[in-house]
Amino acid sequence: MDMLTFSEKNGELTAKISGELDHFLASDVRGRIDDMMARKMPSALILDISGVTFMDSSGLGLIMGRYTACKSRGASFRLHGADSRAMKILELAGLSGVIQTGSTAKGGV
Amino acid sequence: MKKRPVNEMKLTLPALPENEAVARGCVSQFVSRADPTVTELADIRCAVSEAVTNSVVHAYGNTPGLIYINARLYEDGRLTVQITDRGCGIPDVALAMTPLYTTDSGGERSGMGFAIMQSFTDGLKVSSRVGGGTRVFMEKYLKRQP
Repeated sequence: MDMLTFSEKNGELTAKISGELDHFLASDVRGRIDDMMARKMPSALILDISGVTFMDSSGLGLIMGRYTACKSRGASFRLHGADSRAMKILELAGLSGVIQTGSTAKGGV
Repeated sequence: MKKRPVNEMKLTLPALPENEAVARGCVSQFVSRADPTVTELADIRCAVSEAVTNSVVHAYGNTPGLIYINARLYEDGRLTVQITDRGCGIPDVALAMTPLYTTDSGGERSGMGFAIMQSFTDGLKVSSRVGGGTRVFMEKYLKRQP
């Protein structure tokens, strides 16, 4: 099963990650998300982690990296489906108020 | 008098990214026997993952090396996990433990590994020697008795 799937709607790109978002998985999906961003040039990147069952600081690094990349190319960034564990890690890094979050991928703030 | 552990696990793994999941999975399985809460188990999994990832990413560069994990469970619900490598070591442990500090300039590593270990455990000790390796010692008190 592929741990990363893409979908597009209204010029926005959604990257849905599933499984355990550690250093191993983050290393794999990072380049693929960036390649797709470069190809599609979306107005927004939505990182959907509703299918993520485990996340550590490497997952946090992936989120921070994509947030920074979006900012530098003028695209907006949203994080969807972060559970209480992921939120706890975002809070520890002081990012819970910085990164726009939503509970479902369909929500769209 | 020093208490003896009621259960102990020793695990040696090559410092490979795919073993991050193996390490936290094994420790998780070991701790599960002591009937931890969901939160306690998630905290331990994450803390172990951080320490092992540090060794995988930093300790050995591109040369092969091993990670040594020793988990102990005591009668009073105390869990200790020691994660050791014999890699390059950390020149300044206090600096490395500063939240958001990272040696990665690419912006892909959060620098939150030690902060997470600290936050998710009840005790964290890090000792390191340049050229000698790094040892991370964590302890956590499980509310439920084993």
